[in-house]
Amino acid sequence: MNDIFEGLVAAALLVVTLDADLVDITLRSLQVTMTALVVASAIAIPLGTWLAIRRFRYRRVVIAVMNALMGLPPVVVGLIVYILLSRAGPFGVLGLLFTPTAMIIAQVIIITPLIASITHQAMRDLWAEYHDLLISLNTNRRQRIAALVWDGRRTLLTASLAGFGRAIGEVGAIMIVGGNIENATRVLTTAIALETGKGDFALALGLGFVLIALALVVNLSIHWLSRTEREGRW
Amino acid sequence: MVSQLFPVTVKDVEVHRRGARLIGPVDLTLENRGITVVLGPNGAGKTTLLRAMHGIERINGGSVIWAVPPEVARLKQAYVFQTPIMMRRSVADNLAYPLKLRGAPKAEIADQVALWAERIGLADALGRSAPQLSGGEKQKLALARALVASPDVLFLDEPCANLDGRSMREIEALLIGARDAGVGILMTTHDLGQCKRLAEDIVFIIKGRVHETGAAAAFLEGPRTAEAKAFLRGDIIE
Repeated sequence: MNDIFEGLVAAALLVVTLDADLVDITLRSLQVTMTALVVASAIAIPLGTWLAIRRFRYRRVVIAVMNALMGLPPVVVGLIVYILLSRAGPFGVLGLLFTPTAMIIAQVIIITPLIASITHQAMRDLWAEYHDLLISLNTNRRQRIAALVWDGRRTLLTASLAGFGRAIGEVGAIMIVGGNIENATRVLTTAIALETGKGDFALALGLGFVLIALALVVNLSIHWLSRTEREGRW
Repeated sequence: MVSQLFPVTVKDVEVHRRGARLIGPVDLTLENRGITVVLGPNGAGKTTLLRAMHGIERINGGSVIWAVPPEVARLKQAYVFQTPIMMRRSVADNLAYPLKLRGAPKAEIADQVALWAERIGLADALGRSAPQLSGGEKQKLALARALVASPDVLFLDEPCANLDGRSMREIEALLIGARDAGVGILMTTHDLGQCKRLAEDIVFIIKGRVHETGAAAAFLEGPRTAEAKAFLRGDIIE
């Protein structure tokens, strides 16, 4: 109980004094996660929508694999990305290991199946609703995808926020590929792991509270900006 | 405006689903004589026939031949479904959608949206969410969205099912206006009163097969087949 109280105090102090390290770590967390989210959404939303409206031979297998990849262990993703980006690996020449870019790559791999699966589910239902109308209006595939993505944008926002939630709280993969290097690849989750290891529970808790607050602020901001829960207006 | 799509010939058309024949073989030739009502009991295949003619139902045999090439014919048709499909957009965006698909200029889209919203009594509701409209408003909006792109042929599947008298009167007024503007209308109904009010021609269908076709007045006053007589008497037909 005492640790939690001290954690709250530590969090308040860090925020009130605008601690330079905290600001640096928080901005890096946001930068890595938001970049990964944008890249993953750009891949997953068209992919999930395409899978909802396209019929092909191994469609069910592809969907099953995509759903299974939602449970991809982050540590394994981190290990694979590490091997691929290490000097001996096929992409070692790019020198990306232990950089924020490596962390973004790992996060994209982790959250893309999650966003694609939720997108597919939502778009499948919307496609069932719109199918006859869009066929009747003689739309082509591009126009159908555009209509589904636009009209399903609120559900897609939820899919993206699920991806954000998973990415911002991720630690295993980015610890491996980022290395938790101070002023370079340290983010909130890896800093919490480090402080916990050092036994500084108050600071670790403080960072944890900042992380939770950050997730809440981002979610609420996106909801507010996209006017969700205001069904009377579109 | 005179529709270039007619006559339309339905030749030996069959539609099967899961091994069962829903309609067919259907042979039919229709001219544009205003409003043609496809009449018949529930499960007769009225909707399937309309969907097959419009091209949104895969046909397993035969063909539907319009007076123009199929790709041209499709662009000049519109379909209003029994349960109106409302896009999750505003009333204005629903009305604008078919015009946007055709690349109409913004000014024309704005004019048409305002015109049709006025005609269907939703001028004050342009910003409202279409899925939140009442049943009658949704059906009027679906009809306006179908007519906004000036189709030559309009298919309607039970356009007034479950609507109150006022909404029904408004929908029928819109249909009469479209007919007078030269739009060929093919609609299903099992409301004999509506059939009497609107139909110029009748296609009477039972168990997926056409039993009678011809002028509505002649059909309603003196049907030729026993099934049609029974249907008009209000008997249950299986």
